[in-house]
Amino acid sequence: MTCLPKTTDKKLGLVIDLDICVGCHACVTSCKEWNTGGYSAPLSDFDPYGAEPDGAWLNRVHSYEIDNDHWKGTVHFPRSCLHCEDAACVTVCPTGASFKRASDGIVLVNPDTCIGCKLCSWACPYGAREYDQDDGVMKKCTLCVDRIYNETLPEEDRQPACVRACPTGARAFGDLGDPASAVSQSVEERGGFNLLEEFGYKPVNKYLPPRKGSDHAPAVPTTPAKTTGAPIEKLFAWADRALSR
Amino acid sequence: MHPAYSVILFTTSSGAGYGLLFWVSIALMTGDMPHTHWSFFFTFALAVALITFGLLASTFHLGHPERAWRALSQWRSSWLSREGVTALATYLPVGLLGLLSLLKITTGAEPFLALLCAMGAVATVWCTGMIYASLRTIKEWNLTLVPVVYLALGAASGGLLMGLMTSIFGGQNRWQGAATLLALGVVLVLKLVYYRHIDSDDGAYTAAQALGMGTKSIRQIDPPHTRPNYVMREMGYDVARRHALRLRWLGLLCLIAIPLVSILLGMMAGLPMLFPYLVAVITAAIGLMLERWLFFAEATHVAMLYYGAPRA
Repeated sequence: MTCLPKTTDKKLGLVIDLDICVGCHACVTSCKEWNTGGYSAPLSDFDPYGAEPDGAWLNRVHSYEIDNDHWKGTVHFPRSCLHCEDAACVTVCPTGASFKRASDGIVLVNPDTCIGCKLCSWACPYGAREYDQDDGVMKKCTLCVDRIYNETLPEEDRQPACVRACPTGARAFGDLGDPASAVSQSVEERGGFNLLEEFGYKPVNKYLPPRKGSDHAPAVPTTPAKTTGAPIEKLFAWADRALSR
Repeated sequence: MHPAYSVILFTTSSGAGYGLLFWVSIALMTGDMPHTHWSFFFTFALAVALITFGLLASTFHLGHPERAWRALSQWRSSWLSREGVTALATYLPVGLLGLLSLLKITTGAEPFLALLCAMGAVATVWCTGMIYASLRTIKEWNLTLVPVVYLALGAASGGLLMGLMTSIFGGQNRWQGAATLLALGVVLVLKLVYYRHIDSDDGAYTAAQALGMGTKSIRQIDPPHTRPNYVMREMGYDVARRHALRLRWLGLLCLIAIPLVSILLGMMAGLPMLFPYLVAVITAAIGLMLERWLFFAEATHVAMLYYGAPRA
């Protein structure tokens, strides 16, 4: 059913720390690697080694140069489905292939009933859904639904592939509906925010802002350091006088 | 937005078909067209053919056309599903009325069936418009004006076809001509209001809002991929402003001006109306295609904020 659940028991999602993301795209490639064999299989590519490589990916990393009131510099910006509470991509779906789970809030596409009309991608303000032209259905982030509940995997691997792959720990996974969870705590502490908050689709995923940096590049000191009268300083003072003669 | 030819073909063809279905049903109800005559049957059949062709064309752009029947299930939330339901439901009175006309049977239920056909036509075209108008991500579509324009365009294009069919079968239907001219006038006013509106709306959302930061400036330095992806191709289609303006005028010229002049001249000269309506139908078809192509090509999507658009 494409009507949205009124509430979900959990709000599983990601918290992405823009302060420490280095833009290495490890989350992008690990996502592709896992999902081309998992729930969303296949994630087709076209002409991958040619002049016009193209394909369905569920996670993209942009790099921007940003000037803010308190911060200026490069921001690497991973972008994927935010698993919105008011997900219009679900309500526009004519077949019921798109749905939001009442148990954990994950937004999924059933690849067996999707007709590939692409309307959901038009309804998403985040450009998070991509059409797989080979498979003829829409693909999107599943929050690695086939990992996080997968008891055949070691416990530390029961997280989205992107979170496991991130070398800097810029990505965290958890229940954002639980104020005591580690992800909710970090959002609270760091002033985590929503993308396109004004649009009102209530994304579950949150982003942590870059920390306030120094406004000025460090400069070479212009005033001489104070003397302490140590023997080594006297030696340098003598050398200075001798060389200045 | 990328103007997919199948969608342009679908919306223009089925729009004209439903418009014609509406007028022919009204003509039956007012007694201007008896349902037992071939003039009615062929006009009705043309409407059904255009509708059916349009609906089939709409499945061409699906990834899985064989699953299209599933689109009837989510009418509670989806306008696309509602359109499918109304389109299919309209086939019931259409099929019955067509059969009665073919077999020249009179039951007395024809005006009622015609009323259902007319209502189905209006409902389906309204749903088509609402598919676009319900998308908040596209400011050029998210307007009440959009389904109204779809209705007016259906009425105008269907009315021209009705005039053509009436003149082919040598009928006289004065109010139909007036109604068609009125519909063309309404389309002109609505489209001018629509163009004025989209030209004055820069968009409520900024790149800074999309990224949640960057109040002074945002510049893309490294793109996430080296070649355009699906999102950029589908949502990022951009038509040159200068071309768009010319195409707008060309579209309105073909869709409104030439048909209006052609029909009015024919009426005033008291000529047989076949030739004026033929000219009107042909140029209006071209104008309608242009209008629909621009409807897509001029539409901008909020997701492009992540790909360098400053506002959307």
